[in-house]
Amino acid sequence: MDVRQPISANGGDWLTKFGDQWKTQTTQIKEKFRDKIEEICLPPDYPTDVPILFVKKEGILEVLNFLKSEPGFEYGFLADITATDEEEEPRFHVVYNLFSQVHKCRIRLKVRVRDGELVPSATAVWKGADWAEREVYDMFGIKFEGHPDLRRILMDNRWVGHPLRKDYPLRGYQVFTEPMPVDPDLLA
Amino acid sequence: MEAQKSQLGLPEGYVVEHDPDDLWGDSRVIVNIGPTHPAMHGALRMVAKLNGETIEKSYCEFGYTHRAKEKLGENRTFHNFIVYTDRLNYCSALLNNVVYAMSVERLMGIEVPDRCVWLRMICCEMARIIDHLICIGINAVDLGAFSFFLYGFHQREEAYTLIEKLCGARLTTSYARIGGMMADAPEGWEKDLKIWIAKTRTVIDEMDNLLTNNKIWKKRTVGVGVFDKEKCLQYSYSGPNARAAGIDIDLRRDQPCLFYKDVEFDVPIAQNGDVFDRYMVRLAEIRQSLNILSQCADKMKKGPIWTEDKRVRIPDKDVVYNTMEGMIHHFKFFMTGFDVPAGEAYTQFEAANGELGFYIVSKGSPRAHRMRIRGPSVWHFQGISPMVQGEKLADMVAALGSINIIAGELDR
Repeated sequence: MDVRQPISANGGDWLTKFGDQWKTQTTQIKEKFRDKIEEICLPPDYPTDVPILFVKKEGILEVLNFLKSEPGFEYGFLADITATDEEEEPRFHVVYNLFSQVHKCRIRLKVRVRDGELVPSATAVWKGADWAEREVYDMFGIKFEGHPDLRRILMDNRWVGHPLRKDYPLRGYQVFTEPMPVDPDLLA
Repeated sequence: MEAQKSQLGLPEGYVVEHDPDDLWGDSRVIVNIGPTHPAMHGALRMVAKLNGETIEKSYCEFGYTHRAKEKLGENRTFHNFIVYTDRLNYCSALLNNVVYAMSVERLMGIEVPDRCVWLRMICCEMARIIDHLICIGINAVDLGAFSFFLYGFHQREEAYTLIEKLCGARLTTSYARIGGMMADAPEGWEKDLKIWIAKTRTVIDEMDNLLTNNKIWKKRTVGVGVFDKEKCLQYSYSGPNARAAGIDIDLRRDQPCLFYKDVEFDVPIAQNGDVFDRYMVRLAEIRQSLNILSQCADKMKKGPIWTEDKRVRIPDKDVVYNTMEGMIHHFKFFMTGFDVPAGEAYTQFEAANGELGFYIVSKGSPRAHRMRIRGPSVWHFQGISPMVQGEKLADMVAALGSINIIAGELDR
């Protein structure tokens, strides 16, 4: 089923408010990072609330840095890093939700990755991306390159499997025979 | 150092790690606080390496109450998931319900009637007041001011009585529905609300007089747990914790949803970003929320609380019990659920502690393809280690209480 409808914003239509700004911003980004942007999805044509930029994983840090500090964009607030399991190749989308505290608007970046591929860590841009990326690793098994301490965060360190993958079973339990490993932070 | 080495007659290449602050000669103590500890707000764990009483290094751990909410969100229908949103931030369950309902409505393109919106605003602001009362109350208890907490908790109980009249539950409310509310407010509820608002105003003034200028309180909080503007941006702080550091952002004002553009309120800002400023911002926000509440109670008119959209409308009970079609509709609604059109939206709202967001990806089925919950507590808890670096251990308790970590939202 594919019902294409523009997603209305709750209170005040973002499409009329930011529509032109989104168009100019996305064309600007497209011109600047010509080969690094895979695809741009704009709201009325694609069922989303804010524009989505599909970025190649090699270029994600550059684009994030640009969006964070470039005047006119200033998406300085990292609202969220998460991922989705699309069940087709490339399997995962790593999703970055950004918010501009200056212009009060939002944008979404996505990186398509195959199972086992490394994504550059956004901790180089925002220190706070640390735990969000650890959670993505824990839940989806996507590894981040250059992350200072990529360990599981919600699940036990001995856990096998990544729960939010679509092929992960809903029921079942794991028995640990090994004792809990000593935390590397304690020895540091 | 070299002279010292030769004095001790150490072999070549041996490194003496001498720290001038280290009085007792490498006497680091590792202190483990939590997961179950009265100073921890929920099942959190913090491990601190101490030099004397100063925290040299620390790290935090959580996940002890992980209930796989995001996985459940992908395996329950959109209607079924409402009850799970209560258990996110259990101090402001009403607010979570409302934001979740809003995010699904946004995907479906549903508008709710005016009375429903006002009711939701009242829910949000009451939840915010309850959450702030708990935060400042518990923060004060941690630092030894017990009676202050009781003033706030009494008002909180009164608020729960009001909420009980709305939906029959006190803590886990499940009040919002997609496209409406579970039930309308009972007759005369607005009057009760106004009495509660008036009472709470006086109580807040009393609490303010009791604690704000207290010498001990000020010594324990001013300049403690400082998290400045730059760090707040690095660690994605939002809500009162960011406003205490001078970041002038309030999503109610800057990205208005519901009817927030029709009510008047101020956004309190502080500059220092320490525990005291967070306390002051929360106290001022309670007063602003009370203002919003009284405006809502005045502006709320009688009317329907359910949208006309047949997709999400739960059939009335007399139709269910007396007609075949109604019965089938009822079963289809609760067993199969309604289809949400394909699309994705990240809906965010200024929750009591910061930006609460639901990133929902739908592929056109009654279950979400991805249900991501962005709780502010995760991002705030992440900042606790750099916040308490170099502070005393007792100040860690003050700092942790002031950023209001809710374990349910942290672990999801």
